[in-house]
Amino acid sequence: MINTATVQQHGFTSDEYQRVLEIMGREPTMTELGIFSVMWSEHCSYKSSRIHLKKLPTTAPWVICGPGENAGVIDIGDGDACIFKIESHNHPSFIEPYQGAATGVGGIMRDVFTMGARPIANLNALRFGDPAHPKTRSLLAGVVAGIGGYGNCMGVPTVGGECEFDPAYNGNILVNAMTVGIAKTDKIFYSAAAGVGNAVVYVGAKTGRDGIHGATMASAEFSEDSEEKRPTVQVGDPFTEKLLLEACLELMATDAIVAIQDMGAAGLTSSSVEMASKGEVGIELNLDHVPQRETAMTAYEMMLSESQERMLMILKPGREAEAQAIFAKWDLDCAVIGKVTDTGRLVVKHNDVVEADIVVAPLVEKSPLYDRPHTSTPPRPVFNSTQAKFPAPIKDILLKMLQHPNQASKRWIWEQYDSSVGADTLVASGGDAAVVRVHGTDKALAMTTDCTPRYCYADPVTGGKQAVAEAWRNLVASGAKPLAVTNNLNFGNPQKPEIMGQLVGCLQGMGEACRTLDFPIISGNVSLYNETNGNAILPTPVIGGVGKLDNVSQHLSNHLHDAGVTLYVVGNSAGWLGCSLYLRVLGDETVYAPPPVNLDDEKSNGNFILESNSNNLLEACHDLSTGGLLIGLLEFCLPHGVGVDVQLDLSPALLFGEDQGRYIVATSKPSDLEALATAHGISLQKIGRSGGDSLVLNSVTVSTITVLRETMEAWMPHYMAA
Amino acid sequence: MTVILYESLRIYTRVDMQTAVITFPASNCDRDMREALRLLTGKPPLSIWHQDTTIPNVDLIALPGGFSFGDYLRCGAMAAHSPIMQEVKRHAARGVRILGVCNGFQILCEAGLLPGVLLRNRALKFICKTVHIKANDNPLATRKDVLAVPIAHHDGNYYADSDTLKQLQDRNQIAYTYCTAEGDPDNPNGAALDIAGITNAQHTILGMMPHPERVTDPRLGVGLDGQRILKAILNQ
Repeated sequence: MINTATVQQHGFTSDEYQRVLEIMGREPTMTELGIFSVMWSEHCSYKSSRIHLKKLPTTAPWVICGPGENAGVIDIGDGDACIFKIESHNHPSFIEPYQGAATGVGGIMRDVFTMGARPIANLNALRFGDPAHPKTRSLLAGVVAGIGGYGNCMGVPTVGGECEFDPAYNGNILVNAMTVGIAKTDKIFYSAAAGVGNAVVYVGAKTGRDGIHGATMASAEFSEDSEEKRPTVQVGDPFTEKLLLEACLELMATDAIVAIQDMGAAGLTSSSVEMASKGEVGIELNLDHVPQRETAMTAYEMMLSESQERMLMILKPGREAEAQAIFAKWDLDCAVIGKVTDTGRLVVKHNDVVEADIVVAPLVEKSPLYDRPHTSTPPRPVFNSTQAKFPAPIKDILLKMLQHPNQASKRWIWEQYDSSVGADTLVASGGDAAVVRVHGTDKALAMTTDCTPRYCYADPVTGGKQAVAEAWRNLVASGAKPLAVTNNLNFGNPQKPEIMGQLVGCLQGMGEACRTLDFPIISGNVSLYNETNGNAILPTPVIGGVGKLDNVSQHLSNHLHDAGVTLYVVGNSAGWLGCSLYLRVLGDETVYAPPPVNLDDEKSNGNFILESNSNNLLEACHDLSTGGLLIGLLEFCLPHGVGVDVQLDLSPALLFGEDQGRYIVATSKPSDLEALATAHGISLQKIGRSGGDSLVLNSVTVSTITVLRETMEAWMPHYMAA
Repeated sequence: MTVILYESLRIYTRVDMQTAVITFPASNCDRDMREALRLLTGKPPLSIWHQDTTIPNVDLIALPGGFSFGDYLRCGAMAAHSPIMQEVKRHAARGVRILGVCNGFQILCEAGLLPGVLLRNRALKFICKTVHIKANDNPLATRKDVLAVPIAHHDGNYYADSDTLKQLQDRNQIAYTYCTAEGDPDNPNGAALDIAGITNAQHTILGMMPHPERVTDPRLGVGLDGQRILKAILNQ
């Protein structure tokens, strides 16, 4: 019944199938083969990345739960915990942008509320192909509508993220969604099943035939026929998820739950296997009791369905009626579909037939693990920044940079997301980090997503460091103490040594940065095979960072509000143009070495900002990154239309160099700030003052702020309307 | 802890006002509305579930924003038939003040308690941003001229036939209209007559698309114009 073709369709190599046969001691049934297939898919098993992920720093005194659970957990004081994670939905979003993105958002929210947290914020990191590519516009419109359609209905504000374009994403867009939630430290729920005889309870939406083999699809490259994979994309129902959220939190307020796990990728299979494996117990399921919305579903289909908005839980003895009453109130199914056993086996029965009987431990522990060959990215030439001359008037270059798709305002996107529901949002999109108050308290969380893929492509180690450093800097610039990160590793085909080399390099850089900055990685997701017809995406290891403000009054604005304040650059400006937006805008497509990241400077400059802020020396602060000093200055002053009069060295390197570890700050106490910088040995360069309605550079008026702002705002609405 | 902090603010409206907030399946601004009303009245509002059939005598009934029943049929159409709406209509007939915000406004229109309907936004996209609205000389509206309040909706494009629009004007039922920061007419969603909020002819029921409950808490520091809007209907 199982032949070579069947084995291949399920994504096994012949060695892997041999291992299945050894574990089973016989030929598996189709249902068993399906279970092995999804559990051993790249998506679920991390078989190519696991040995490298182990090298990342994951602990700190404030980390309650690191990678391995549905999401990571940190302690934010006063008995409150912050639970967060980022996850990709790249492959489905390319095939069906609205539903792909929507279910990505739904999935990551479930990961967070499974652990007992109420989600308080969503962010998303998006990458699309060339704006001129015929699919880009509709993919973008669909993804944004899908994210909004799901998050808005849930009543969880979408407060931040990023969106970039590059031809490398023409055939593989990236949709990474992050959710941040809040729980009490003594009410965190985990997934380890326990208590032989306890009921295994299915709650939420009914099971259909959608999304079968979604995890396997997400573990392979695309080719021309990727459109045919549409049936593997799930369909989201945010209304049901909102009810599921409220019902779960209501039940979690009691003490009826032993363990709970959401049904995400690989649905009923991965949830039951994870729960049994973590609890070192067996689980017996009777699929006759699974709520179904289609008729005549087979055991294979039910075990592999990725129907959304479902959860699996283990209840304490005798608490089923309590759970059923709560789920009935919210019009949701709640069915006992099995029990915890002491056999260590996953047994699946359907219509009185045993469809699967697998020993859980080897299914999980003997899953394939590869140390794939990897080659380092060769060193790139260093661009000679000091020799660079302006080929055109500064104003013309500036206007061109402001209209670059990666620099232009993304207001068109973020205005489609409800960013203020919950009445706790201090700052949403448009700043360095979003800031959301912890409900019912005066403290707040700052959050951001960051990655500079062109740096990672040029030099994976430096790019990995830079992604972490920029996230750290964005949190600091908002006045928050950075606490922890989640990462979303988006790469091409790991079976190619140069792609594997990118992954290994980025992880090395990330690990170094996280260690130096005391910024542990507590959760994450790996998305490989982002390739179409052999063309890989740029390596895109997205970092989602979270930091804490002890009081909302510590929040530091990322925008200049007032005239008459003094402006400084914090950190050293050597003038590094390699890999810069400036060179790209001028049409130099050469891959140069990216700006180096000095983690010690990064740390001391950031700590200086935090200390200056707690001494009330700062009016506003903004991190300097893509586009360098002059673009950073405009991002600082455009939102509130405040002009600036600055004296700068008029060279491309110093105006547009992307040296790391820098901030621009505004102060009304310049002497105090200078004294503090001197005391700490921090490089502080006075550049001018705010005031007027124009950008005045070395006493020459370059442009009015209004014109610059309109230029930056105009690109995206114009592009999307075309 | 929260209650104590709120009480220290001393910004109550009339003492002892009792309010009620209804939760429909997938209401998602119910908590925000409850907390805004608690802040202004000093008293927690009653929480009413859509399948309840009675509401005690209260000074104000609020229908909050959200996506009741997923907005799957037409925004507010299913919620308008929830059991609790019979009771809302009974209180409405008695002249009890009723406030519907966003999805709550849509439900009031679908239930026939306010005239007109909310269509999809002119640009066919969800819009979330802070807008300015002008308070007209309507008994349920605040006196302050221009207010900054967020909107967050896909279907906020107010529509009614021309006779109804004329009646709204003649009977002074238009409470709030969209405008620029300077008070000039503006229109983010295509609404007829730039309408952001209307009342019934008796001036006891207010429906509005902008969210006053999101700009009510002084500790958040994102604006307080929502307080003025809510106080106006609480104190009327």
